[in-house]
Amino acid sequence: MSATTLPAPFAPTIFSPELAARFDKLVTLYPVRRSALVPMLLYAQDEIGYLSDSAIAEIAQRIGITELDVRNVLSYYSMLRTKPAGKFNVQVCTNISCMLRGGRELLEHCERRLGIGHKQVTPDGVFSLEEVECIGACSWAPAVQVNYDFHDNLTPEAMDAVLESYRAKANE
Amino acid sequence: MADVTFTVDGRQLTAPAGTLVIEACRAAGIEIPAFCYYPGLSLQAACRMCLVRIEKMPKLQTACTTPVGEGMVIATETDEIKQARKSMLELLLANHPLDCPVCDAGGECELQDMTFKYGAGGSKFTDIKNHRDEQQWSPVVFFDRPRCILCYRCVRVCNEGMDVAALGIQFRNSGAVIAPNDITSLDCEQCGMCIDLCPVGALTSDTYRYKTRPWELTHVGTICTHCGDGCKTTLGARREENGMQIVRGDNRDKSGMNGDFLCVKGRYAFDFANNPERLTQPLVRQPDGKLAPARWEDAIALVARRFREIREERGGAAMGVIGSTRITNEEAYLLQKFARGPLQTANIDHHRTTDYPGFVKALGGETAHFGSIADALTAPAILLVGGDPTEEHPLLAWNLRTNFRHNGSRIYIANHRAIKLEHQAKATLRISYGGYADLVRSLAASDDASLPAETAHFRDALRAEQNLLIVFGAELRGDAIAPLIQFGLSLPAAKFACLGDFANSRGAMDMGLHPAFTPGYQAVSTVGLSLPQMMDAAGRNELAALYVVGDDPVGRLGLAPESLRNTFLVVQDMFLTATAQVADVVLPSASLYEKSGTVTNTYGDLQPVKKAADTTGVRSDLELIIRIADQMGEDIRALVPFGRGERGDMGQSRGVQSGEADRHAVWLAAHNLEPKLSPFDPDALLDEIQRLVPGYDVDRFALMAGEPQPVRVAAGSNFPVSTGSESIQPANDTLFTSGTLGQYSEKLTEVNRFQAEKTLVAAG
Ligand code: SF4
Ligand code: SF4
Ligand code: SF4
Ligand code: FES
Ligand code: FES
Repeated sequence: MSATTLPAPFAPTIFSPELAARFDKLVTLYPVRRSALVPMLLYAQDEIGYLSDSAIAEIAQRIGITELDVRNVLSYYSMLRTKPAGKFNVQVCTNISCMLRGGRELLEHCERRLGIGHKQVTPDGVFSLEEVECIGACSWAPAVQVNYDFHDNLTPEAMDAVLESYRAKANE
Repeated sequence: MADVTFTVDGRQLTAPAGTLVIEACRAAGIEIPAFCYYPGLSLQAACRMCLVRIEKMPKLQTACTTPVGEGMVIATETDEIKQARKSMLELLLANHPLDCPVCDAGGECELQDMTFKYGAGGSKFTDIKNHRDEQQWSPVVFFDRPRCILCYRCVRVCNEGMDVAALGIQFRNSGAVIAPNDITSLDCEQCGMCIDLCPVGALTSDTYRYKTRPWELTHVGTICTHCGDGCKTTLGARREENGMQIVRGDNRDKSGMNGDFLCVKGRYAFDFANNPERLTQPLVRQPDGKLAPARWEDAIALVARRFREIREERGGAAMGVIGSTRITNEEAYLLQKFARGPLQTANIDHHRTTDYPGFVKALGGETAHFGSIADALTAPAILLVGGDPTEEHPLLAWNLRTNFRHNGSRIYIANHRAIKLEHQAKATLRISYGGYADLVRSLAASDDASLPAETAHFRDALRAEQNLLIVFGAELRGDAIAPLIQFGLSLPAAKFACLGDFANSRGAMDMGLHPAFTPGYQAVSTVGLSLPQMMDAAGRNELAALYVVGDDPVGRLGLAPESLRNTFLVVQDMFLTATAQVADVVLPSASLYEKSGTVTNTYGDLQPVKKAADTTGVRSDLELIIRIADQMGEDIRALVPFGRGERGDMGQSRGVQSGEADRHAVWLAAHNLEPKLSPFDPDALLDEIQRLVPGYDVDRFALMAGEPQPVRVAAGSNFPVSTGSESIQPANDTLFTSGTLGQYSEKLTEVNRFQAEKTLVAAG
């Protein structure tokens, strides 16, 4: 397989035309096509919320690897998921710095407030909760990441405000 | 490569540069423990069991990835190393269950052995062990995650050895888990290689799982009874009420020419032998038209009496004999001798799946050009004309993949359809279904400008090869074979292999189960009837007796059973086949796993088979033929050379011309062999085969030591014009079928159904 020949646009696709075009290009950028796998998985998840079976199948085909190969890689990364998350995915860090500054209590607080546990989704689909390892915000521990946004120096009260702001967004 | 000299545990050793420390040590008898390292597969360095101390290197090094270097000083067993290995074991055991008492691998487990050796009996871990339930992935493969030590052997053998890539690894750290390709099940070739290589009991087979302990089995190495490749398989058998029953097959000791390889048939399809439908009593047709059990004496006496009467009343021409492709050479040889001698008939044949006589004829006297299955592992270039080795010749496919991986061999494929081995091919030429004869003609022809560019290109690439192994099957028959041979002989050093379908297809032909040839392709003066001609003759009431040994022509050819109504039909078989159902006498026979002798694989490699199991109530075909002949009043010594020479003087006083028995005795003495004492000793017939059949005078001691011996037959000068190729019928077996035998293997049938459903789902 030569990397210099541009493949024809992949069709039919389950992704938006913009993302499909981006993927068509992405697989040509690296010396080997499978180098495009991780970014593709992330973009696909951003667009449809999780990595569905059909997303996995299409990505495998686009790269020319097996679905098993795709699953091997995606299961390695805890940020990639194969089940839908809530509209707002609340990731609470309980790694050492956060733990020392109340990360666990924060997690328990979220569990009580949202009525769900690790990797669960609220019945209205607005929130999901995840306990995660260090998210690189140790200096301002305890820290929480909601989708791609960070919230730090949190207390249970401050966390309530954060959750409220997202609930308001969901109702917009 | 140049040799380097280094020191291991104070011993000075030498090995070619580039040799891995672990291999160099093993070659010198120094064992370095290893879980992830597996010879022939890519390096993984995942388990850290092979750590050794190499002077001037800061940390312990993995012996499985470090090549030896000039002047290296290596220590393989110091207290530091022992401690390191013990710690690794402790980590591996952190989540490992205490399953040894019930685990299939118990007693044969590399983790057990290592723990025993390094004594990681205690554990500092107090957390609850991760548990996951055992999963079934296919009719063959089970996975028990907690036992897995993540050595990746299974993943690599499936990717690299099998080129199936059905196993992956998912998640990470202590949650990492081996995963099958179809989410919760395996869509694959079901070879069981992954199970075989697993150093622990994480992958187990349904066939063997929780059935027995390895030390309760007797282990006998013999040859697989399925395809024509002739894999060695070590059968583990256990005493049961009705004999010695086989419970597993593998070649873990790598003792045969197949190394550790076995396909699904060799590994699991031995269970036909334990099928409850096995015949264990002779059946004789009663006046009411039904088959009923009979005593052995009566059944054999009846067969002998009728054979004698028919021979006397209607002559040998009204009799026919059909042999099998799964009996031993000794039995096939004896059967043709019985037909041509006591039965006085030339009507003898078997289910022919390829044109060996055409091949022998085309090769003429060029016997140095016969290939062996071993050549597929080493030949720098291979031409594959037709066929699909992945389905029909799994060992050939395995060898070709291995050769490609290790030596970068160049594989050329000419086929009318896409086949899996094209993944490894240097060049592929797609031709039409009927285009094989034309193709080989154009290979042999002097330059032909009208040739399509693609074909010309393919041919030119082949012409540039020095050592080409040319493999072809039943697509080429009769006169179509000659141009291919002619082309090969024009190259500096080509070898040939002709593919036939069953375990002893080649032997059946070599031993003269053919209306036009006696053993060793010696032409007969009066050609008898072929198998289809015998069936036609029976339909015309011209065949008064038919003796079928281990074949099912009625079922296989879809014949109307009525056509045999006026023929006295005797069938020797394991099962009540369609043919047996219309027989007058049915004699229950032993399978290839229940007798000793030799078989010849399709490449002409002669190998010994050994009795690994038995079923109460059955007899070998060899014994049955002899008993029938004996009851007919024939001289058994004329059929089987046993006992001393006629006059017991080894022929010395009257020279070697004094009679067959004395000639045999002289030959035995000259070959340092003893006369055999019993007519039922297959070695007595092997002696005669070696003495009389061209090509079979191989090194007997090497053969008995288990080294396959090449059979090289030269075409006799009186070779007939036609080799009777019109009655060839390829079996068209897949990986999951095995002629008329496969249906009696429950496991093979189950796997076949399972994979067929996968194919259906995939097709939508
Ligand atoms: S049985 Fe064979 S083909 Fe199937 S997963 Fe195991 S190694 Fe691969
Ligand atoms: S299943 Fe067996 S072979 Fe595969 S990684 Fe685990 S221990 Fe190794
Ligand atoms: S490749 Fe052929 S001889 Fe080998 S195990 Fe499979 S069926 Fe038996
Ligand atoms: S430990 Fe929580 S952000 Fe680093
Ligand atoms: S054998 Fe060397 S690391 Fe596993």
